Amino acid sequence: MKRVYVNENRCLGCHLCEYYCAFAATGQSDMSRALKGKKIRPRIHIEEVPNSDITFAVSCRHCVEPLCVKGCISGALTKTDGVISVDRDKCVSCYTCVLSCPYGCLVQSESGVVDKCQLCLQTAEGTPRCVDGCINAAIIYEER
Amino acid sequence: MPHFVIIGNSAAAIGAIEGFRRIDSDSKITLISDEPHHTYGRPLISYLLLGKTDRERMLYRPADFYEKNGVTAKLGARATKIDAAAKTVALDSGETVSYDKLLYGAGSSPFVPPMDGLEDVKRKYTFQTLDSALALGEALTEVGANARVLIIGAGLIGLKCAEGIREKCASITFVDLADRVLPSILDAQASDIIKSACEAEGLAFRLGTSVASFTENTATLATGEKLEFDILVLAVGVRPNTALLKDAGVKVERGVVIDEFSRTSNTDIYAAGDCCEQKDVVTGESRIMAVLPNAYMQGEAAGLNAAGVSVQFDKAFPLNAIGFFGKHVLSAGFYDGEETAIVEGNNYKKFFVRDNKLRGFILIGSKHPEDGEIPAYERAGIITDLIRRGTDLSTVDFKLLTQHPALAAFGQDVRREYLGEEH
Ligand SMILES: Cc1cc2nc3c(=O)[nH]c(=O)nc-3n(C[C@H](O)[C@H](O)[C@H](O)COP(=O)(O)OP(=O)(O)OC[C@H]3O[C@@H](n4cnc5c(N)ncnc54)[C@H](O)[C@@H]3O)c2cc1C
Ligand code: SF4
Ligand code: SF4
Repeated sequence: MKRVYVNENRCLGCHLCEYYCAFAATGQSDMSRALKGKKIRPRIHIEEVPNSDITFAVSCRHCVEPLCVKGCISGALTKTDGVISVDRDKCVSCYTCVLSCPYGCLVQSESGVVDKCQLCLQTAEGTPRCVDGCINAAIIYEER
Repeated sequence: MPHFVIIGNSAAAIGAIEGFRRIDSDSKITLISDEPHHTYGRPLISYLLLGKTDRERMLYRPADFYEKNGVTAKLGARATKIDAAAKTVALDSGETVSYDKLLYGAGSSPFVPPMDGLEDVKRKYTFQTLDSALALGEALTEVGANARVLIIGAGLIGLKCAEGIREKCASITFVDLADRVLPSILDAQASDIIKSACEAEGLAFRLGTSVASFTENTATLATGEKLEFDILVLAVGVRPNTALLKDAGVKVERGVVIDEFSRTSNTDIYAAGDCCEQKDVVTGESRIMAVLPNAYMQGEAAGLNAAGVSVQFDKAFPLNAIGFFGKHVLSAGFYDGEETAIVEGNNYKKFFVRDNKLRGFILIGSKHPEDGEIPAYERAGIITDLIRRGTDLSTVDFKLLTQHPALAAFGQDVRREYLGEEH
């Protein structure tokens, strides 16, 4: 299955991927109009290694053995054809999944329910917007 | 083709079905459960009363789950006896079901200690099943918004119940023998934080005492105080349902003893979930770790092994994530060893380290953090994983992890593995 992989040697730490992620969630066509003045809640985020210039992006690994899904108390998290998704109507914001994910990939949405990377399969383009938006190919969408 | 029979219809049972079907799509599965309902998320019963979910959304798996997985579900059927020699399960209907492999996922039941006069209380409820939650909801509707509720037990179930019904009654008072709330999940300081948050919502506590006697609407405490109530909720604790296996000659200590393959002492019987005890990954001691993730993963291991592959689940440990009113409380592991506490703004964090390994932690943060405040629970799973893997803390930037969990705290080789490989 195709997943998002990260090459930290190529990451510039520009945070563009975060904006593309937040933009994808709006479903709108103009990025600056959609995000201007808004606090963004991206499902990919850039980390910085302290005292170094290393940066890298982290988003859901779409685990083969997803601890988030196995621990979800409501059945809101599911795995379909390898893709891990959240049904935000079912989520009760208990954060068992936040406590379970080894990579810290579940985020709190505005309303409190959990949000996560779903590989942009539901967008018009159908491929991860962060990958297409990365200017230095530091995030790759491929089968390994 | 082997016949896989499952007693139970909750996290352990569903984990077993999903594990089994990953390997074996043909063999027959029969599920037996005394609750008459489609599988639902047990922890969601408080959210149901709160109105944060409903009967449809609280289904643990979709309505066509049994059909899609080829499961004959006997709902509303109670198993009354297991004959391990004949490999049969007797049901209360008189029917007998033969099995080749059996999964026992019978969970636990509320424990109600004998209390003087309890039989005189008409409106008394436990809070463990959908039916008990519905009954409590009905009683609240009957009595109306003036209802005074008395809850015996200020543990997880009692507090979650209170959160669920807070808007539906006039007052809630807790009585608990322990001198603090949630003693099994929190340390003293964290208990205080949660107690204060509850008191701010109008909940009242009588701790370090017990009920000496009841009449229909009055509880007299050991201290002599009399508390009037309309509705009584009994949330003192739970007992694992072990009787059927014990009677069948299977090894039972406090819970049914299982190994990392979810095998009991009988080769054809697996067990999983709240009725079981297993060695935890931190101390290696066998114990009951009654939370849903462990129930699911023990069940899944049972299903996989019953289907003929050898898969271990040897990573059980206590782990709790719960919202209480305005707070999220996340905790894991055990609270012994050297303590590091970080108390800042709305955040309370405590870490317990022994022999250079993380033993446990408690994180409390606000559901609505201040602007710019990183809530204590954000990305908490990165810290949980230190317990799960028994990570040597000298190989990570532990200080960074206590401040803000991040993969940047790990070495480059680990990051490469995490972000560049399939998991
Ligand atoms: C109010 C509440 C809140 C909770 N909150 C959380 C939480 O936030 N996070 C968390 O991780 N855990 C929570 N828990 C605990 C969690 O619900 C359990 O760990 C989990 O449900 C265990 O699953 P199980 O499959 O082992 O057993 P159970 O859920 O107890 O299910 C046992 C099943 O066995 C059936 N059964 C029992 N005996 C028989 C018999 N003789 N014949 C036929 N059927 C039988 C029952 O009908 C039931 O379907 C909460 C529990 C409660 C009550
Ligand atoms: S959220 Fe975390 S545990 Fe779940 S699939 Fe993604 S990386 Fe894995
Ligand atoms: S927060 Fe939502 S998605 Fe996560 S475990 Fe709880 S119910 Fe499931």
